[in-house]
Amino acid sequence: MLKIENLNAEIDGKAILKGLNLEVNPGEVHAIMGPNGAGKSTMANVIAGKEEYEVTAGTIELNGEDISELAPEERAHNGVFLSFQYPVEIPGVSVTNFIKTAINESRKAQGLEEMPAKDMLKKIREKSELLEIDRKFLGRSLNEGFSGGEKKRNEIFQMAMLEPKLAILDETDSGLDIDALRIVANGVNKLKSKDNAVIVITHYQRLLDYIVPDFVHVLHDGKIVKTGDASLALELEAKGYDWIKQELV
Amino acid sequence: MYSVFKDFSTFKRNKMELKDKLLSSYVAFENRVDTNSDVHEIRSQALENFEELGFPTRKLEAWKYTSLNTVLKQDYSLFPNTERAIELVDVKQYFIHEIDSYKVVFIDGKYSSFLSQTTHEHYDVCLMSSALSNAKYKPVIDKYFNKIAKQDNLTSLNTAFAVEGAYIHIPKNTEVKKPIQIINFTTGSEAATMVQPRNLVVVGENAHVQIIERHQSLTSNAVLTNVVTEIFADKAANIDYYKIQDDEITASLVDNSYIEQQSNSVVSVHTFSFGGNITRNNLNFYQKGEHIDSILKGITIIEGKQHVDHHTLVHHIEPNCESHQDYKGIYDERSTGVFNGKVIVEKEAQKTNAYQQNNNVLVSDKATINAKPQLEIFADDVKCSHGCTIGQLDEDALFYMQQRGIPQKEGRALLMFAFANTVLESVRIPEVKQRITKLIANKLNVNIGFDL
Ligand SMILES: Nc1ncnc2c1ncn2[C@@H]1O[C@H](COP(=O)(O)OP(=O)(O)O)[C@@H](O)[C@H]1O
Ligand SMILES: [Mg+2]
Repeated sequence: MLKIENLNAEIDGKAILKGLNLEVNPGEVHAIMGPNGAGKSTMANVIAGKEEYEVTAGTIELNGEDISELAPEERAHNGVFLSFQYPVEIPGVSVTNFIKTAINESRKAQGLEEMPAKDMLKKIREKSELLEIDRKFLGRSLNEGFSGGEKKRNEIFQMAMLEPKLAILDETDSGLDIDALRIVANGVNKLKSKDNAVIVITHYQRLLDYIVPDFVHVLHDGKIVKTGDASLALELEAKGYDWIKQELV
Repeated sequence: MYSVFKDFSTFKRNKMELKDKLLSSYVAFENRVDTNSDVHEIRSQALENFEELGFPTRKLEAWKYTSLNTVLKQDYSLFPNTERAIELVDVKQYFIHEIDSYKVVFIDGKYSSFLSQTTHEHYDVCLMSSALSNAKYKPVIDKYFNKIAKQDNLTSLNTAFAVEGAYIHIPKNTEVKKPIQIINFTTGSEAATMVQPRNLVVVGENAHVQIIERHQSLTSNAVLTNVVTEIFADKAANIDYYKIQDDEITASLVDNSYIEQQSNSVVSVHTFSFGGNITRNNLNFYQKGEHIDSILKGITIIEGKQHVDHHTLVHHIEPNCESHQDYKGIYDERSTGVFNGKVIVEKEAQKTNAYQQNNNVLVSDKATINAKPQLEIFADDVKCSHGCTIGQLDEDALFYMQQRGIPQKEGRALLMFAFANTVLESVRIPEVKQRITKLIANKLNVNIGFDL
């Protein structure tokens, strides 16, 4: 599904990703862990196509196709979804209208008609129930004045609405209390199938108790320095990252 | 009379300055109007004013950022005398045709009975020309005509040539059942046309009316409109006024509006400026009683070399009144905007609540906005707030939207809609709101039905 080879990316001339390799197949869950500033969010943004970052070497393939020249919306239309570490506030645009526009623009790009209003409402109801989101909440301006937890829950609601092929969750667990974490994880699990894949960026094991990864990678200084199975996450939680850094020297 | 018109064509060949041309054509004008009237006294006085003041130049503080130079260079025909027929199908799009309404329509400054729907039944929705000539209306004309219009350069020019426009008189305790549309078409039958409509709106105690005003040229020949509208709101009257400015890029507009309010009245004016070459809005409110609410709102979205200048004035004279101003501007390419919002609070006007907000987005780094709040507050117990922002579109928000599959162009449009929404929100005629939304979508070149 996703194949990243020797990815190098920089911002304002500062190298951040330094030869990153990652392969994700349909049906898999990958966890990415690593110290602050390692480049995890940068990786997520580069996959999603944020133009601020300059890709200086390497390739990003999605389903065998090089996507590194595509605009962010084209990548989204190809099934890439990023749950932002810091979701942006957009005053004046309600959650409902935003998601309607997003869905219909994606459909337009695929040559489909707009989704009938009735189907849209039904889907919104279904997915907001899945994530235990209050109706009133959907009428509010997107992310404006939302608590950290509400923002993250809203990201997963949008993911549920858009049904992406590749979802990247960037610290979606931070800011969530234990109940919200369970609801969000449950939402993600409901959407999982053998045809889609999830990359979970996190610092904590507790999310991985719910969303069980097939692989755990450690990202350090712009590349993946260690890969293991679910037990690696437990080990990292117990021992921190220093031992890995030491292994490297 | 014919000889006068012949002279007039000589002026054309010699390409006189517009001011001289206007002054010399006055004889011809006088041939067409009743010169033995009180109104003509007013006109003659106004002509003298204009003769002395001339056209505004950038040397005047109020015109510092707006130059009419290029506009005044055109060789305007002042009394276009061809009556070109207009088919309704060709102009239907300029009406808010989805609603039943009264219509007062002018073509090249002349009343079009064919396109209009006037009334005298419970109120007068008709013509200035008949109000000026018919004795029945004399008391109203005597009381209100040119009573609040400033004696300044362009208003005086309009007054000097005032013959036609909309005349609306709503007696007390009357609710006008449907909105009134005032539309001025120019056909472009001349290479360049200057028109000067003159409107008078008198709304009695506790009466309600909604008005939509539009100036529209039907070709890309040059047009200069210098319109004056005087609006009187008696006690507890309610006036809801919409100005739709979406004209051809070759048309310039100076809109001079004067509004006098008595106690407990509410007057709201929304100005939507999307089209035109140079647009100058002089919007003046005078509060002559207590518990008055004045609402001034605007959305400006321009591009290319378009220029829109909003000069607002709210004069708080009595205590316990409010004013609310909210102007949003989106400027692309080399367009320029001006917002000059003056609020005067007199010493007697205690407990005034004056609110002014002017937010701007510069989409291109070549676009300019000159924003200047001017508060002159002489009372001590007042709440006056003003805020002005100039920013760019939020790039992070744009990326966020793109990430969710909304293309950049549509994302930008959505952000602009959201930005302008505080103004759209208060539009009380749903069909007008829909139309404005559509005009904005066209302007931004997107096809999305936002119901924000
Ligand atoms: N927009 C940016 N401008 C400048 N530096 C950035 C930007 N984004 C990320 N960085 C830098 O890149 C490095 C990696 O950041 P990030 O990808 O956010 O790390 P992580 O998500 O692993 O904590 C950090 O040193 C950070 O300061
Ligand atoms: Mg991060």
